[in-house]
Amino acid sequence: MLDIVVSISLVAVVLSMIGIVYRVIKGPTTPDRVIALDSLGIGLISVIGLISILMRTSVFLEVILLLGILAFIGTVAFSKYLEKGEIIQRDRDK
Amino acid sequence: MSLLHLAIVLPFLSAVFIPFLFKGLRNIHTGWFVLLVPLALFIYFIQYMPLTRDGQTVTRTLEWIPSLGINFIAHVDGLGLLFAMLITGIGALVVLYSIYYLAKEKEALHNFYVYLLMFMGAMLGVVLSDNLIVLYMFWEFTSISSFLLIGYWYDRERSRYGAQKSMLITVFGGLSMLGGIVLLYIMGGTFSIQELIGMSSGFMTDPLFVPALLLILLGAFTKSAQFPFHIWLPDAMEAPTPVSAYLHSATMVKAGIYLVARMSPVFAESELWLWLVAGFGIFTLFWGSFNAVKQTDLKAILAFSTISQLGLIMSLLGLGAAALHFDQLDDNVYMIATIAAVFHLINHATFKGSLFMMAGIVDHETGTRDIRKLGGLVNLMPITFTIAIIGCFSMAGLPPFNGFLSKEMFLTGMISVFELDIFNLSTWGVLFPVLAWIASVFTFVYSIKLVFKTFLGKPQFEKLPKKPHEAPVGMLISPLILVALVIVFGFFPNLLSNSMIKPAVESILPSLVDAGQTVKVDIYFWHGFTPELFMTIGIILTGIVLYSTLAKWESIYNRIPHRFTLNGLYDGGLSRSETGGYRLTNGVMTGFMRTYLVYIFSFFTAILLSTLLITDGFSIDTSNLAEIRSYEVILGLVLVSAAVTILFAKSRLTSIISLGAVGYSVALFFVLFRAPDLALTQLVIETVSVALFLLCFYHLPEISRKEERMKFRLGNAVLSITVGLTMTLIAISSFSSRSFESISQYHIDNVYELAAGGNMVNVILVDFRGFDTLFEICVLGIASFGIYAMVRFRGVGRENE
Repeated sequence: MLDIVVSISLVAVVLSMIGIVYRVIKGPTTPDRVIALDSLGIGLISVIGLISILMRTSVFLEVILLLGILAFIGTVAFSKYLEKGEIIQRDRDK
Repeated sequence: MSLLHLAIVLPFLSAVFIPFLFKGLRNIHTGWFVLLVPLALFIYFIQYMPLTRDGQTVTRTLEWIPSLGINFIAHVDGLGLLFAMLITGIGALVVLYSIYYLAKEKEALHNFYVYLLMFMGAMLGVVLSDNLIVLYMFWEFTSISSFLLIGYWYDRERSRYGAQKSMLITVFGGLSMLGGIVLLYIMGGTFSIQELIGMSSGFMTDPLFVPALLLILLGAFTKSAQFPFHIWLPDAMEAPTPVSAYLHSATMVKAGIYLVARMSPVFAESELWLWLVAGFGIFTLFWGSFNAVKQTDLKAILAFSTISQLGLIMSLLGLGAAALHFDQLDDNVYMIATIAAVFHLINHATFKGSLFMMAGIVDHETGTRDIRKLGGLVNLMPITFTIAIIGCFSMAGLPPFNGFLSKEMFLTGMISVFELDIFNLSTWGVLFPVLAWIASVFTFVYSIKLVFKTFLGKPQFEKLPKKPHEAPVGMLISPLILVALVIVFGFFPNLLSNSMIKPAVESILPSLVDAGQTVKVDIYFWHGFTPELFMTIGIILTGIVLYSTLAKWESIYNRIPHRFTLNGLYDGGLSRSETGGYRLTNGVMTGFMRTYLVYIFSFFTAILLSTLLITDGFSIDTSNLAEIRSYEVILGLVLVSAAVTILFAKSRLTSIISLGAVGYSVALFFVLFRAPDLALTQLVIETVSVALFLLCFYHLPEISRKEERMKFRLGNAVLSITVGLTMTLIAISSFSSRSFESISQYHIDNVYELAAGGNMVNVILVDFRGFDTLFEICVLGIASFGIYAMVRFRGVGRENE
């Protein structure tokens, strides 16, 4: 029973991710793509979570946490780049 | 180390001191010190004469590399001693001559004498070594020192050309000879010549016999300037005249003769040997004498004359092998060819050495060697004229000089071909006496031309760079000694016969001596009205006619254009191989990475696919496959579509993002295949590398950020599909033919028991196989230092360029 539910959810998540991929490709602006990539990462997190349930294992929880951090860092870095034109600012005092 | 070994290496040892003597004692000509070495050696070698006369030999062994069978075995027999005495005797005379020829103020004497002593030692080593590898070592020493001596005046372009040419040709021959030596070692299992001679009868049927024979002969022919390898010798005349006299008439060019004589007992039973040695020899004799007539430079005439005389000796050695087939005869007439070869070898060394010295004197005292400018020197230089006329008449084969005797014996040997009925000699052998006779006529013509054009005729002193006068006494001593020998050997040839010639012939034809035959060497002036006497009369008469009509027929030499001469072929071949090599490199090494990748991948697939085909290695086995799940199919499709997008994307940014997608899909595969550690690492690494790609993209210059699809190239497409197909086929076959169980059960059983860990991947990384991890850390460290260095020090070196 649980397996069927999880499989259905997996299909739903994958379908939503395909929709997000359409947004990544289409655009039209860069912030659209960044937001879409961020949600793609979150979609990946839920896929891995669902797969862990299917596999009856807890070793992939670290992967989920890591993906959360990576998605966050990536989005922040992109946002800073869009705002200021660079990611790591130079030390101006020198 | 015996005294004999010391004698052989004495020139090398004394060469070390020459530069010190030259720098320390500037007032004394360095040559005086050098003179002591060949003199001492000559006196030392005289002591061996009574021994070899009685048919005894002396062998001394010095271990060098005994584990490889390479020992410095010095072996003195008649042949070796004859050569050793030629080398040291003429060496002493040449050194004496060079003291007066080379000025101590202007010349780099230390170089000259070091090279000369090196050469002398190398030559002694060649003729006295019994071990073939040691012989080869000394052989190459002679090539190198000859190269140095020819290029002695290295600021002249012709000297460098001559030195390079002789080096290329003789080293080519030397290397072939080494190949022959190795083949002989494979056949006989020893490098010792005497041992090889002992087992030579079994070699005839060996499949390696013919290649070994050809390679050894190639070495001998290149060194002894036989047709068509004679072309280096005329160009070697750019060397100082003492060098030409010593190396290129008396010693080095006879190293090939020595080799043929020395190896005769091993090879001479074969028909091939007789035909090759005698055939090339007789043709060289003809070609050298034919070409000598057209030369206008004194040394060039002598060079071609040397070539021709070496051909004469070689042909005699070849025909001398016929004696081996008649060892039941009591009175073996065919032996006369070998006797004549040895006799002429001595004679040629005496008269040719004196003639070269004569040419050097003329050059030294008049400033030119061109016979078109010379003439009428007889009254100014009477002693030199005497030397020249004796040397030339001996060379032409006129009585009463020693050349006459050896030429008569040569003709006798050639006529004896008529009586031979082996190896088809009865049909084609008639060429030998005919060619020999024609060549002797030409020999007569150029010998006469050499004397008459230089010393007789109209004086034309206004054309000469210097005012001619007689040479200083010191310069005349050596050629006078040599012409004195020419006369002495001419009148009393039997001085030599038992002391030198007989032991030498016995060591060339040892099997006949074993069969109980005695070598009878009797040389007479007068043997009655024999065919050879009429041939000699014919030679003289025809020669006189040809010489007096020289102006009429000389133009036939200009018929052959330079391109088709052997020198033209050599020069053309050299430059063509140079341009060909350049073109090949230019064609193959395009400088584009993509071309090299095409080579690498084509070769890679070619060898893998052909191996797969030849060994019939492809196999497919479906019994061991796991079942396919739906997620894997979906993820596989995603991965493939992302990978295809990389290839066909219009912009680079899309390619980078697709690459990231590929990486993330691989991470998901790791999840599906239950590899959490790999998935973690893959995610982080993929993120970082995509960020780095973006960094690179951001820094591209505007112009190359143009949005353009990758160009389609059919070749690249075919190649990449082939590579993919190859690897797929190999992966399938290797999976299907797994031959044993994996060792992972051990890790599963012991991960907690032995290593106290639950995470098996990490335990393998740091415990079971921690060594690999250490060096992976090392790789990362190197990479980070490298990046730091590239960023920090960029542009530093450019300022100095």
